[in-house]
Amino acid sequence: MNRSMSWFNVTSLTLGFAFLYLPMMILIFYSFNASKLVTVWAGFSTKWYGELLHNKQFLDAAWVTLRVGVMSSTAATILGTMAAYVMVRGGRFFGRTLFSGMIYAPLVMPEVITGLSLLLLFIAIGLDRGIFTIVLAHTTFSMCYVSVVVSSRLMTFDRSLEEAALDLGCSPFDAFKSVTLPIITPAVISGWLLAFTLSLDDLVIASFASGPSSTTLPIKIFSAVRLGVSPEINALSTIMIGIVATGVITTSLISKNAIRRQRQEELEGTKL
Amino acid sequence: MAEANPQKVFAPWEDPNQAPLIRFEGVTKKFGTFTAVDDLNLDIYRGEFFALLGPSGCGKTTLMRMLAGFEDPTMGKIWLDDVDVAPIPPNRRPVNMMFQSYALFPHLTVWDNIAFGLKRSDMPKDKIGDRVQEMLRLTRLEQFAKRKPHQISGGQRQRVALARSLAKAPKLLLLDEPLGALDKKLRQETQFELMDIQEKTGTTFVIVTHDQEEAMTVATRVAVMDHGKLVQVATPAGIYETPNSVYVADFIGEVNIIEGAAAPTGDGKVDIAFAEGAEPIHATIGEPVTAGQKVFFAIRPEKIHVGREPDPTRANRIRGKVHDIAYLGNISTYRVELETGQMISAQMTNARRLSRRDFTWEDEVWLSWTDTAGVVLTR
Ligand SMILES: Nc1ncnc2c1ncn2[C@@H]1O[C@H](COP(=O)(O)OP(=O)(O)O)[C@@H](O)[C@H]1O
Ligand SMILES: [Mg+2]
Repeated sequence: MNRSMSWFNVTSLTLGFAFLYLPMMILIFYSFNASKLVTVWAGFSTKWYGELLHNKQFLDAAWVTLRVGVMSSTAATILGTMAAYVMVRGGRFFGRTLFSGMIYAPLVMPEVITGLSLLLLFIAIGLDRGIFTIVLAHTTFSMCYVSVVVSSRLMTFDRSLEEAALDLGCSPFDAFKSVTLPIITPAVISGWLLAFTLSLDDLVIASFASGPSSTTLPIKIFSAVRLGVSPEINALSTIMIGIVATGVITTSLISKNAIRRQRQEELEGTKL
Repeated sequence: MAEANPQKVFAPWEDPNQAPLIRFEGVTKKFGTFTAVDDLNLDIYRGEFFALLGPSGCGKTTLMRMLAGFEDPTMGKIWLDDVDVAPIPPNRRPVNMMFQSYALFPHLTVWDNIAFGLKRSDMPKDKIGDRVQEMLRLTRLEQFAKRKPHQISGGQRQRVALARSLAKAPKLLLLDEPLGALDKKLRQETQFELMDIQEKTGTTFVIVTHDQEEAMTVATRVAVMDHGKLVQVATPAGIYETPNSVYVADFIGEVNIIEGAAAPTGDGKVDIAFAEGAEPIHATIGEPVTAGQKVFFAIRPEKIHVGREPDPTRANRIRGKVHDIAYLGNISTYRVELETGQMISAQMTNARRLSRRDFTWEDEVWLSWTDTAGVVLTR
């Protein structure tokens, strides 16, 4: 390591990582603090994690978040996969460029704008804000991420596999179900995990779309912090970091290993 | 190069009472402004092993894809067993295709790959196992049934692809450069295997290839294509011995082409003046030519005799100088420069040992050939 990296590189790497992860480290560290005072260390303890289990508000918020996450990421995966399939396989239909541009636009759209416009829509059509509206909002913004992941997989997918399925008597839908889908499954799963993580830690859009009865964890934490940081919140945040990190790591493992291995098999399977 | 089955006379294309299995009727396929297949008419008969031969990009794959249903003709009709196939989607055509890339399903085992089409046919469930087993036996893949495509060799994969496309017993099997990825030895073995399987199953095969030797080996008839058009359709021997154009003669095997002016001498013979002051070439005409018409004389190297002396029994005798010798073991190819400047290749079998070979570089030799050894082409 030392031989290949100059002191300058080592320093910038250290600084960069410190900048990124030091705040989180401090948070995790203090979540195990026995003291009620957040910044005074009084020995190791896991009592705040225990306290969490008795905090009805936090538990409710966690339950809402979990349901929103599962429902919205599932919906986003279905819609995003369909959109990706149409874009990659649909050929040159009228308005294709516009369509793909519009699918990717939310990637760069400021969240505040997305949130605000959704809020206006919900009010306009008279939809009461609650879990359902958060699910809709999350589906909207995470679907494009799924679509990016799945379409990049579809682009490297050997088209003749689908044609072979048709040739052997599959209807187009059967061909998708029994050939395309099994092969792109890893990409679909990582798309789902990505959408789930995005939904889990979204604050801005959720606060536009949520109603009084449906507070998600990020909203809960954000409002609790305004009354002062408590060790309980540190513990909660640590758990969320854990979940998100697991999601992200799993996603990247799936995309790195499974997809690469599959590509390899596909290549080996078609060439010599 | 001999016919595939010299002992059996199989020539439905010569029988006017035979109905073709496939009929292309003025088929044109355009991609945008580019014409990939150009007003093509072709009949293919039941039981044939039909080869489409041509350089890359001449429209062979497009022709196949129209048969399989992946492309629609821009103009014209395709008939399969007297049915217009235009409205039939690929999954309902009694046609199966073996893809250039094999297109094996990577997530399924060899067994499941072969059973894939059967499960989607009206074959009863308990018959499927037997049929797959039969296919595995036919392609000698029994011990690989449980493997995935990436766990077997290229030659085995190619056989899985073949077994999969044969399993449904299609009326017509399309093979798109099936052996392109195999090395030469494996390719030759597989060619014979293909012929064997074709004979056993009685399926009509249409094979695409850009390898002329492959086409000559396996096919009952060969169609030579160029720029989306058929240039000639004939038996391998017909294509080789009586090409109808310089393009075909040049595409199949080695050939000498000499350009000259025709002077018909009656009795079906023609003299071709090819150079100032040189004795004209005496040849037999296939199609009528007029005096002074520009013609091409095509002759295969093995039809030319090389000797120290002119051979008085052959009508054409020309003197030249050995420019180059390619020793190929069983045969030697001599490149001989005529006094008029043309370069002619002639081939002689090496009956004698190398040390006693007759000619060497710069030797003066006589090239002799009969007046029926070559063909006179007008295009
Ligand atoms: N889908 C397509 N769109 C545009 N051009 C195509 C398409 N498919 C084939 N072509 C063109 O048609 C020509 C014939 O292609 P193909 O039938 O694949 O040739 P071959 O199989 O004889 O090599 C090529 O020039 C190719 O570029
Ligand atoms: Mg091709």
